[in-house]
Amino acid sequence: MIVTKLEELHQLPEYKEALVELLFQLADDDFIIAYRGSEWLGLAPHIEEDVAFSSITQDTMGHAAMYYQLLEDIGMGRADDLAHGRGANERRNAILLEEVNGPGHYLYEPQYDWAFAVVRNYFYTQAKKVRIDSLKNCSYEPLAQVAVKVNMELYYHLMHWRTWFVQLVNAGGEARERMRKAVEKVFDDFAGVLSLGEKGEKMVECGLIDSEEVLKARWLQAVKPVFEQTNLELPSEFHMKRGNGRNGEHTADLIEALATLSEVYRMDPLAIW
Amino acid sequence: MVEKLTAALAAVKDPEIDSISIVELGMVENIQFVDGEAIVKLLPTFIGCPALDIIRQRVEQVLSDLEGVEQVTVEFIHHPPWTSDRITEQGREKLKQFGIAPPPKQTGPNGEWQVECPYCQSSYTLMENIFGPTACRSIFYCKQCKNPFEALKPISIWM
Repeated sequence: MIVTKLEELHQLPEYKEALVELLFQLADDDFIIAYRGSEWLGLAPHIEEDVAFSSITQDTMGHAAMYYQLLEDIGMGRADDLAHGRGANERRNAILLEEVNGPGHYLYEPQYDWAFAVVRNYFYTQAKKVRIDSLKNCSYEPLAQVAVKVNMELYYHLMHWRTWFVQLVNAGGEARERMRKAVEKVFDDFAGVLSLGEKGEKMVECGLIDSEEVLKARWLQAVKPVFEQTNLELPSEFHMKRGNGRNGEHTADLIEALATLSEVYRMDPLAIW
Repeated sequence: MVEKLTAALAAVKDPEIDSISIVELGMVENIQFVDGEAIVKLLPTFIGCPALDIIRQRVEQVLSDLEGVEQVTVEFIHHPPWTSDRITEQGREKLKQFGIAPPPKQTGPNGEWQVECPYCQSSYTLMENIFGPTACRSIFYCKQCKNPFEALKPISIWM
């Protein structure tokens, strides 16, 4: 079954419910990782990286905006409100992606952890690539079309983060040690990124996306050569130590991020941008 | 009438590369004219491109100035996806005039690019950063004429 038009969608309440859930996961993931990326602006290790990282972040925020637009088209409210006006318990992003970049604050004494940034972004971008490849066959045609477009931009993002990952791990010394620690830390919550949440089975049944197991196997297959090349051990199990963001479980980091990023929006939610 | 609308769109330049029009960039997918309403379907080059709203406003303005046009609707669509081979030959020339190398038509077996310097045409160039000042551009350096320059990223369906 392929759903191409909104009229068809509105006659399939269960299908629509699963689709909406999936779109919120995709949108909220890109939205919050892009916000964390934006906090790095001016703080990246060198100026070329500042240009690259902010460009990737801009693309990623664009992807989030487009998913929110798909939700608006379905009748879930205005894209701006969906991005800025929803509380932490309504968010569907993985907990790993909401975590602060490190101690301090971007305005004063930021002690951000570049190893964590590289590992989180590489692992997430690879997971996003696996999801996008699956979404190219999504039964909701507007989402399948968007996936084709996102995929082209993602190509450059993935190449970027993989390069950083391999170079830093293979550099040895302190770099390798910090990267190893970051890998360990990211795996503690990485199961949350690969989770489809409580409605996951319904999504698969509706032909929206492949199952968690399939996505995870493809992710492992994609990173395996990189782990071999860097002589790192790939665990067979990932964790969700702080809960599953797909089900609305979140940390204080997200509450604070939302308060900061929506400050201007909340002054006048009806303003035209 | 559609021809007239198309001709008018040649005046809408990319706000970030003002030598090239949205027609030459291959962003215009479809133009229709129904009962006084001009409907233009555009393909964004990059999804998060901040110039999209400006482009929308300029299209609305240019077309609503035409006689017989009562209403203008601009829609951004993602299918077919914009790819860098949609840029016309004329567009490629205009990019060079602006100091931007057009996107490579082909990439090597490992995805590497051959980019010629837009100033001296030398292929003795070096990629400094795959990411540049805007989402669609990369930063290069010409080892022949010693000029830094930018190149449009190749964007293709095989990626």
